[in-house]
Amino acid sequence: MAVTEVVAGLYPAGIEQEKIAEMIKEKFPEQVIDVTNFRDQVAVIIKKNQSFSILKYLHDEPTLSFDHLRDLTAVDWSNKKEVRFEVVYNLLSTKYRHILRIKVQVPENDVKIASVVPIWAGANWHERECFDMFGIQFTGHPDLRRILMPEDWEGYPLRKDYPLKGYEGDKDWPGFIQVIKRSQELKEFEWHD
Amino acid sequence: MNMANVISPTTVDALIKFGIDVAIILLKIVIVLAVGLLHVAYATYFERKVIGHMQVRLGPMRVGPHGLLQPFADGIKLFFKEDIIPAQADKVVFYIAPIIFMAAAMVNLSVIPFDANFVIADINVGLLFIFAMAGVGVYGIFISGWASNSKYAFMGGLRSSAQVISYEIAMGLSLVGVMMMAGSLNLSDIIRAQGESIFGMYAIPQFIGFIVFVIAAVAETNRTPFDLPEAESELVAGYFTEYSSFRFALFFLGEYIAMILMASLCTICFLGGWTLPWYVLKIFPFLSYVPGVVWFVLKVYAFFFFYYWIRATVPRYRYDQFMAIGWKILIPVAIGNILLTGLVKIILKEVL
Amino acid sequence: MIKMQEPEKIFETRELNVNMGPQHPATHGVLRVVLDLDGETIVRLTPYVGYLHRGIEKLGESLSYFQALPLTDRMDYVSAMSNNIGYCVAVEKLYGIEPPPRAKFIRTIVGELSRISNHLLWLATHALDIGAMTVFLYCFREREWILELFEMICGARLTVTYPRVGGVRNDISKEFIDHLVKFLAEFPSRILEYETLIDQNRIWLQRTVGIGVISAEEAINWGMTGPTLRGSGIPYDIRKFMPYDAYDQVEFEIPIGTAGDTYDRYRCRMLEMRQSVKIIIQCLEKLPAGPVMADAPKFVLPPKDKMLIITHPVNEIAYFIDEKACKGCGMCLRACPAKAITGEKKKPHKIDQALCLQCATCFVTCKFKALKIVPGGKGQTEEKLVELAAQPVSDELKQAQEALVAHFDFIKKGPKVPEGEVYVATEVPKGELGFYFVSDGTHKPYRMRVRSPSFIHAGCLERLCKGHLVADVIANIGTIDIVLGECDR
Repeated sequence: MAVTEVVAGLYPAGIEQEKIAEMIKEKFPEQVIDVTNFRDQVAVIIKKNQSFSILKYLHDEPTLSFDHLRDLTAVDWSNKKEVRFEVVYNLLSTKYRHILRIKVQVPENDVKIASVVPIWAGANWHERECFDMFGIQFTGHPDLRRILMPEDWEGYPLRKDYPLKGYEGDKDWPGFIQVIKRSQELKEFEWHD
Repeated sequence: MNMANVISPTTVDALIKFGIDVAIILLKIVIVLAVGLLHVAYATYFERKVIGHMQVRLGPMRVGPHGLLQPFADGIKLFFKEDIIPAQADKVVFYIAPIIFMAAAMVNLSVIPFDANFVIADINVGLLFIFAMAGVGVYGIFISGWASNSKYAFMGGLRSSAQVISYEIAMGLSLVGVMMMAGSLNLSDIIRAQGESIFGMYAIPQFIGFIVFVIAAVAETNRTPFDLPEAESELVAGYFTEYSSFRFALFFLGEYIAMILMASLCTICFLGGWTLPWYVLKIFPFLSYVPGVVWFVLKVYAFFFFYYWIRATVPRYRYDQFMAIGWKILIPVAIGNILLTGLVKIILKEVL
Repeated sequence: MIKMQEPEKIFETRELNVNMGPQHPATHGVLRVVLDLDGETIVRLTPYVGYLHRGIEKLGESLSYFQALPLTDRMDYVSAMSNNIGYCVAVEKLYGIEPPPRAKFIRTIVGELSRISNHLLWLATHALDIGAMTVFLYCFREREWILELFEMICGARLTVTYPRVGGVRNDISKEFIDHLVKFLAEFPSRILEYETLIDQNRIWLQRTVGIGVISAEEAINWGMTGPTLRGSGIPYDIRKFMPYDAYDQVEFEIPIGTAGDTYDRYRCRMLEMRQSVKIIIQCLEKLPAGPVMADAPKFVLPPKDKMLIITHPVNEIAYFIDEKACKGCGMCLRACPAKAITGEKKKPHKIDQALCLQCATCFVTCKFKALKIVPGGKGQTEEKLVELAAQPVSDELKQAQEALVAHFDFIKKGPKVPEGEVYVATEVPKGELGFYFVSDGTHKPYRMRVRSPSFIHAGCLERLCKGHLVADVIANIGTIDIVLGECDR
């Protein structure tokens, strides 16, 4: 039986986000496309080829130590940007209390990116959801299946070309058609006056 | 036609006597069954009430004044529910399982002495009979789990059979001390022996056996904290997951009769049955006018209350921990108790 | 000759495959867990989620920032307040506005109340799963109390939508504070009551100590947050890391565990409830006076008394179409809800004053400034209206007209948000609830992403349960504290 300790007070803040961006630029000069800053949140946009090694560097480098993957998601820029997809990693260091956002560009014709499950085990379900919703393939993922949608669902719901109400007409999900059919079959057993 | 020409008068007398005996036994059976089933009905009611009040709520309040008719409402509801049998179930076994369980529990009532002269079958191996029948009851549970063809029911059945078998050993061993002190397996004799002993009840000299017995009794009746066969949060409802309607009610009845039985057994073997300890009677002599059955029933109720109390208080054990308690603690302790009882008995014999 | 079969072929052993859920008493909603069992030991465990998926992220993209707010309390309906606050804090960051201090304190109070109610429900169900039935009902007694407090401030018990972007919906009353003080005085003794039942209970200890152990490094690697992470010993609490609302103005401590097992996580939550009480008391002491909605007219709806035409009571206004300016486009004709406007195409339209509701829809719709607001024109004859409309427009009225148009736009489309992206997380009772907004400069979010703690925690279930027994699965589902509404979104 363990005794529970109580911790009070604030922790020292870590490195400035801009500086971390600089560090990435120095270490991987070819890879960084852009650095943006909005509302004190710095995002580093990188190319996808070495995304894994950059993220691994951020995780392993002792002065950075981004041990917490807060969020992993994607954005479908459709026709608004040259590169259609952006995979977004929101990172935080529980040790130094600094944050950073990494955005990796993934073009439509090659919707593949290296999985970060070897770095953060928690990325497992995030990446599955990302695959489920955007159809982004994470190479090296141990178990890339649909997670929120049914296994036999067609299309990727969060893509911008997917209509809000789903596809109209006879393209309904087979599971739904089955349920409707079954309910009609069982109608004779219903108790009605 | 003259009877006397065919059968001798002595035979006729014997036949009439036999007939009267049978009638008395039948009457006793009717009384025990009626009173017993009524007790089961109200045991559920009191359980809900007692636990309800322990948990800052009221329990049943709607049917009748203070919900007094609730047990009947429940019974009627269960009776008229649709009897659903799973398509893949082994039907014959599925049908007979609850009957075995219920019958095995009910038969035991026949050897329980409720009062000095009120026992249906005053047999010499009463205690062994109860153990034997409890063993038969396990078949009901086990085959119900098997016949349902459901994984939860199957696991519940397996757990239950393992549980009942292991705890039966501990319970049997815990009662050996009582047998040694009373020198009999006849339940009425055990009570009489207790009444004549210095302590008045065996719970005092046999307190180790008493504690082991109480724990084993709770486990034997699948009650919290040992309700693993029907652990709601794990196995949904355990071995009777697939049962509905009156088949479910049979399990329910069987379980409560088993509870009554365990409470009675505890009363008989440790609390002095219908007798009161002599020192109590010495202080309050007027108590000897109260019929013995009252004390018997009161002691049973006290034990019932103890059941409810435990249920409202403690969480549930895990399966392996539970088996560990049975085999690693209770059985060695019970064996130790036997040795101790025998040793004390020899020493007392030498000294006196 | 009879050939004997190999014994291995006769006795084939298989793992028992049990499908737990989505309908099961202990899976806290519609979680489905497929277990492969060797006897009672778990060999493989696969959680399946998604049975409650409602596409909140997709819906959010088609709604304005205001409209998506009620969706958030349908995610984690157990602590709806906290979810609302999380959403509001994130949108405020995107807008670049700050709620007034009073609103910050009120939000902190209701957020902590929601934390207590969530932990109570968690404790209740966790204890019930392990078999302690009485704790369940004790906890519900106090949870009921908190829900009544919620009802007192906003009229709703479960899906509250009380916090708003830029503040809270309404101020709290004196009566509410009185009841809250009563609750705070009583509640710590109630926590002791639960602890009497289970804290040192031998069976409870046996069922929780050493179950679902996860080390600090592994826990953070799995993305765990909230009490589930702090049980392993990492003091990661967003209330301290990146304080929002009034958390930087109150003193509180973060309980952390050492062993990282189910018992430590339980202890953390119990201590957290006490800290929540402490926070609320401080908030009540420091509660400043003032408004409860931010003064940022571009983003936040101003209070009703600051709106248009208070100088011109609505029932004295008439709307009038200037025949010269009207091009007969039919826009107002189609927009009018009362069908008071008549006229043919390319010809000036007319308003039937008897049917007009003074709703100003036509005024806002008109692109040619043909519509005029005529103060004091109600009930006047046609000639009088023409006369009144011809009078020069006063500055006051001009301002009011502009405000009206802006207000109408604001209500219909929502505020226009600068281009950019933010990820803002708040500490909800279950862990880190993050909202990631990408704005493309329009009225709706281009991408709304919800990072829900339950989703991540459900993913850890397999790691926590491996090698344990069936009964421990239940304990572990309880200890990670998931709500499937939030998990599936």
